[in-house]
Amino acid sequence: MDNLNLSKFCIRLGDHCLIMAHRQSELCSKGPFLEEDIAQINLGLDLLGQAEALLIYAAKLEGSIRTADDLAFRRPERQFHNFMLTEQPNTDFAFVIVRQYIMSLYLLKTYQVLAKVEDETLSGIALKAIKELTYHERHFSMWLKRLGDGTEESHERTQTAINELWMFVGELYEEDEIDVMAQKASFASSGAEMKAFLMEHITAKFTEATLTTPDSINMTTGSKKGIHTEYLGFLLTEMQYLQRAYPDAKW
Amino acid sequence: MIELSPKEKVYQLLAEVPDPEIPVVNIIEMGMIRDVEIHADGVEVFLCPTYSGCPAMDMIDSMVKEKLAENGFVNTVVTLVYKPAWTTDWMNAETKEKLRVFGIAPPVGKASSKKGMLNQEAVACPQCKSTNTEIKSMFGSTACKSLYTCTDCLEPFDYFKCI
Repeated sequence: MDNLNLSKFCIRLGDHCLIMAHRQSELCSKGPFLEEDIAQINLGLDLLGQAEALLIYAAKLEGSIRTADDLAFRRPERQFHNFMLTEQPNTDFAFVIVRQYIMSLYLLKTYQVLAKVEDETLSGIALKAIKELTYHERHFSMWLKRLGDGTEESHERTQTAINELWMFVGELYEEDEIDVMAQKASFASSGAEMKAFLMEHITAKFTEATLTTPDSINMTTGSKKGIHTEYLGFLLTEMQYLQRAYPDAKW
Repeated sequence: MIELSPKEKVYQLLAEVPDPEIPVVNIIEMGMIRDVEIHADGVEVFLCPTYSGCPAMDMIDSMVKEKLAENGFVNTVVTLVYKPAWTTDWMNAETKEKLRVFGIAPPVGKASSKKGMLNQEAVACPQCKSTNTEIKSMFGSTACKSLYTCTDCLEPFDYFKCI
């Protein structure tokens, strides 16, 4: 895998982390109770750190034309490659939990593969991130169980979140030419392996939480080509506000 | 008097840089300094971040540069190293005791064990040392800590997670 393609691979992973971190940061001071508020932003902070490390490396691989900050704050929507699932809004607390749970599994599996590559930077980032994602997965799966197997209302709202978000799960195991290159270089597992891993864990957890895994439906895809749902544009407007309003601002 | 080598001198100075969040321990005791190299044009300090998103990182970076510059080492470069990943296993018993005296329960067990990693070990209260404690929140004031309460002396306290 040449540097430019490896850079694209890192940008995708960095973008998932960055957009997830932003969504979690939106819960700051809006969590259901103080401890959970702190938990959400702590987890978001881990992801922001992973995003930073990945984007710094991506910028370096590209040839240091852009910095990690340029990548985060100066790219338009069509150049972001985070999964659509990551950008879905915090409609309801159940949406946050379902979205972050599924993504935590995806990231955990992704990092487990990356931890074994020869590339010292990537394996280093992955080894550290695995420790963090282990906490994340545990946190969100505890919530899934509590909400799914909780009251009638919490169950219904969690099932609604699952049903509404399910069409975005297909992207997590979709493959394009960069994925194929990454697989050949042993940087990623195949789409089929990822799908099997996700479905095994998700189905087991949903069943434990008395929730239903939706039947196969048509999955919406596009983020690998820079196509997103309407929500990413609004998210970036806020996240990139400072650099848009005051380009090159320093403090 | 024994003349210190430049590298030893740098280590001595780094031992004067406190962890910004836990001022009773320094960055060497925290296991964050992985190596120091003296180059012709300056010093390179290899720093291992504790958590990926630790907001104290930038501050530590500038504290290191400032401390070395004050003592004649200009042009310091701080290089982040991620491998091997930072672990609380690098804290020695003395450092852990410093944390306890400061009021933070030190990490229990080894990060390599799942029990340690997932906060399943019994945590002793840093005040009364009772192990009748309960976790209030997995997440605390910083990414590296959880919030506990002692059911004997009723004091709430921070636990430095085993990671």
